[in-house]
Amino acid sequence: MSEIILVSAIWIAQGALALAMCLCTWRMVLGPRAQDRVLAMDALYVCAMLQLLAFGIRTGNTIFFEASLVIGVLGFVATVSLAKFLMRGEVIE
Amino acid sequence: MTIDLADVPIWAAIPAAAFLVIGAGLSLLGTLGLVRLQTFYDRIHAPTLATSWGAGGMVMASMIIFTAASARPVFHEILIGIFVTVTTPVTLMMLGRATLYRDRMENSPDLPKAARHVPEPEDEEKEEQNT
Amino acid sequence: MSAIIPYPLLAAGLVLMWLLLGGFTPGHLVLSIIVGVGCSHALAALGEKSLKVRRWLAIPRLFGIVLYDIVRSNIAVAGIILSGQRRTRSSGFITIPLKVRHPSALAILSIILTSTPGTAWLDYSSARGELLIHVFDLVDPEQWVELIGTRYERLLMEIFE
Repeated sequence: MSEIILVSAIWIAQGALALAMCLCTWRMVLGPRAQDRVLAMDALYVCAMLQLLAFGIRTGNTIFFEASLVIGVLGFVATVSLAKFLMRGEVIE
Repeated sequence: MTIDLADVPIWAAIPAAAFLVIGAGLSLLGTLGLVRLQTFYDRIHAPTLATSWGAGGMVMASMIIFTAASARPVFHEILIGIFVTVTTPVTLMMLGRATLYRDRMENSPDLPKAARHVPEPEDEEKEEQNT
Repeated sequence: MSAIIPYPLLAAGLVLMWLLLGGFTPGHLVLSIIVGVGCSHALAALGEKSLKVRRWLAIPRLFGIVLYDIVRSNIAVAGIILSGQRRTRSSGFITIPLKVRHPSALAILSIILTSTPGTAWLDYSSARGELLIHVFDLVDPEQWVELIGTRYERLLMEIFE
């Protein structure tokens, strides 16, 4: 019984997160300016992290949590460096 | 470490399922806001839904499930929660400042008077010395 | 104490994180203590000032207030996003004069303001002590200035200054 509840909840959660990732990608394509794309990419990284967390719960394997931490670190570094670039790189498009 | 979802007792499965659905649903709402809102400064609020209660709900659910299934406290997921809470302000602050800087450079009409560039006290002193 | 371990909080945090990720075994404990103490010495070599907390009692209270505010503003922002643009909503910038100067207190204030959906920290001028934030649902700017001043700033000053 509890397995049915959990599996269906995980399915709903993963579907919602997949849709969320699609919406982030949509905003990334849409723009309109560079900072909007970077913001969307940051949100995409967060959603990917949560998606991996959901995978970890579904398979019952904690190795996914380490992977999701790695994605979190990568997303953080990528967003910070891109924001820094927007501030001091080629600023005016 | 691996667990089997069938080992989770029913009293733990129901709150965990609720946390999962709420967490993922709030993340979805946040990204929906990212697509629907009109200006960048409005959109910068949207992902915080995913990073505050979205991540919090998923981490809570995973902690409940793993603790109940392995019959000992498991809380190393909380590292993910702490990590997200500490890093999101840094990224959003940097992005916000970069956008403000770019808008100020371009004299963007989106920017109201309150957010326009105000000279720092040191700048004013220099200007006074120049004149 | 400060000569052997310059930053006890940082070292303890690193040890705890290491043990959570690697599992609790005597070998990991020894290794994590070596890494924790080594890292705190490395930070001391950079010349950062150590963090001094004056009143520990105020920390759980601040934590509770922030958790409550996060839940409340999550619901508020989710409601606005769902209702779309039908309701008239004005978002805007506010400049807030801050009394608090301690760098750690400012860092924590920035985490609080950014984690609550609805407020975003944009710019802080240390020369004038003024903070520029963007508020998602701005009704009365005066109310926000007072809210941040009384709700967070006073507690942060109690903790750090």
